[in-house]
Amino acid sequence: MHPRMLAVSASILGLMLAACGGTAAPGATYKIGAIFDATGPASSLGVPERDTVKMLEAELNAKGGIKGPDGLMHKVEVVFYDNQSQESQSVLVAKRLIEEDKVPVIIGPSQSGTTLAIVDTTQKAQIPLISAAASFKIVEPVADRKWVFKTPQSDSLIMENALAYHKKAGHTKLAWISVNNAFGDSGRAELQRLAPKYGVTVVADERFGATDTDMTAQLTKIRASGADCLQIWAIPPAASTVTKNAFDLGLKLPVFQSHGIGNQTFIDLAGPSANGVIFPVGKLLVASSLPDSDPQKTVLVDYTAAYKTAYGKLPTTFGGHAWDAFWIAVKAMEKAGPDSAKIRDEIEKIRNFVGVTGVFDFSATDHNGLDNRAVTMVKIDGGTWKPAE
Amino acid sequence: MSDLLQYAATGIALGSIYALVALGFVTVFAVTGAINFAQGEFVMLGAMIAAQLVHAGMPLPLAAVLAVAGAALAGAALHELGLRPALGRLSPLGLIMITIGAATAIRGMALIAWGTDPFTVPAFTPGPSLDLAGAAVNRQTVWIVATTAIVLALVWFLFQRTATGRALRACAADLVAARLVGVDPRRMGLVSLTLSGAVGAIGGVVLAPITFASYDMGLMLGLKGFVGAVIGGLASAPGAVAGGLLLGLLEAFATPISSGYKDALAFVVLIAVMLLRPGGIFRGSFARGRI
Repeated sequence: MHPRMLAVSASILGLMLAACGGTAAPGATYKIGAIFDATGPASSLGVPERDTVKMLEAELNAKGGIKGPDGLMHKVEVVFYDNQSQESQSVLVAKRLIEEDKVPVIIGPSQSGTTLAIVDTTQKAQIPLISAAASFKIVEPVADRKWVFKTPQSDSLIMENALAYHKKAGHTKLAWISVNNAFGDSGRAELQRLAPKYGVTVVADERFGATDTDMTAQLTKIRASGADCLQIWAIPPAASTVTKNAFDLGLKLPVFQSHGIGNQTFIDLAGPSANGVIFPVGKLLVASSLPDSDPQKTVLVDYTAAYKTAYGKLPTTFGGHAWDAFWIAVKAMEKAGPDSAKIRDEIEKIRNFVGVTGVFDFSATDHNGLDNRAVTMVKIDGGTWKPAE
Repeated sequence: MSDLLQYAATGIALGSIYALVALGFVTVFAVTGAINFAQGEFVMLGAMIAAQLVHAGMPLPLAAVLAVAGAALAGAALHELGLRPALGRLSPLGLIMITIGAATAIRGMALIAWGTDPFTVPAFTPGPSLDLAGAAVNRQTVWIVATTAIVLALVWFLFQRTATGRALRACAADLVAARLVGVDPRRMGLVSLTLSGAVGAIGGVVLAPITFASYDMGLMLGLKGFVGAVIGGLASAPGAVAGGLLLGLLEAFATPISSGYKDALAFVVLIAVMLLRPGGIFRGSFARGRI
């Protein structure tokens, strides 16, 4: 044989061997269902979530897939659906995932409202759901949420951090404005529950629609309320619009937001009015300025680099929620295989899992698994994220 | 007092956009008998095309003109491909179905072409808000109100002082009589849809610096504009403009009472007008079927 031919055949053989994926023989494909709010008002959350999971699916399959409890390597197939940011659509696609695609586990959806809409469906079908949405109601009370988990910091945790900051800064009269949906209402309920504990009085309580284009009227009322700080609870684009309106109105109050604005979209849309906004959020946005001793630093820096290579832009905290949900499902399936009940039990056993949102310690009584270590205060300065003092 | 002024300023800005959308509804309805639920999508097209061209480096005025021309073309295409073959053959309900289908199709194409992220458009004249007796008025708001006023004046001139306008009004008044005196109603249908496309897009271009441009902005604006048109009786251009402004003011002044129900308010008004005064809330020559 011609030496060059030999080299070519050798390399082809090598490639074929490599394609077999390591030591274990291939087993049946494992399915994971994914519902994200990829279009509609919450698309700034759903799109990076979907893209993150697509990236991870390819990454995992390139390594051969999941090594199941049977010792075989199983390729992973993620079945994606877009719920158009609508509750009704969310229920439809959840039913389709359960009845037609027969997935053993579902990750997503992106919003509190679209998640709460399918909690009953997944509970009845006894399919574990790992949501990427904020409201504490998704996993509380645990007795009624046996099959439901979530990865973002609960709004109660975020609200505690925001209020602790207000207290430290000497704010006592808080003006509240929130989006008129499950996310905003859940945050509002937490504010009313926790504000007295931090000596904060709510002097204005306003709301706006997720697709509203002008919130100047609400802000005008806030201007007359005598507040010493403005706390907004929404996601972009509406969160950007209200920030811009406050700036244009000349409202001279320090502006605070929630972890709903953990993406570049917020800054791009709000422009210069975003500067000075302070919000409690996961550490991803300020990953590069974390000390090397931080347990999450490697995960955060690696995710940032991988996402940037794949999509040419910075990841968002929302994509991070999906990152966590995907790997939690994968970790559980390594032990449980494609068995819904076993996957659920395995998720409850996950301890010390270093994710993008935080370090997760699930248990039978905690289906979120995060504590204060998963929250940091971030300030937008010069169009970028800095750790807040 | 300055708060009341602030609400009024917000309401007039919002109402101006509703008025432009309502004007599009009335123009098409009066001439073709179709309620064009794709009207809101023209607003979206204006905003999105302008945003795209500006991001590609084009100067804003040129981008604005091209965006309006693009949406006018879309209006013409909707008439030629969707309405013209169906006019006279389908019931008004059938025509509505066609326009709802067209709206969904336009929105879907915009989603594929531009994705889900909203785009920003720079303010026409950047700078801090103007102080109007204690009310902060965004400079872009001034542009919105002024542009709306100019567009309304031009449309009025077109309807009242030109041959095309007379032909349009003839179609609106009596289709058979118009045909008898040599007016081609189909050509007038084309004119009315092109015009409503352009008017809607102008609204979108001036609105975009305040609200961002996104593929799904047309739906709610279209519905609000429709409510404005219904308040004005659906067949009267001045009525539609007044109806749009009224709705904007109503929303702004209702906000401090209960901001959670702002959108519901528009539809409560719609139902109330339909039940109590289906011909619109205005009386006299203001309400008569004229454009």
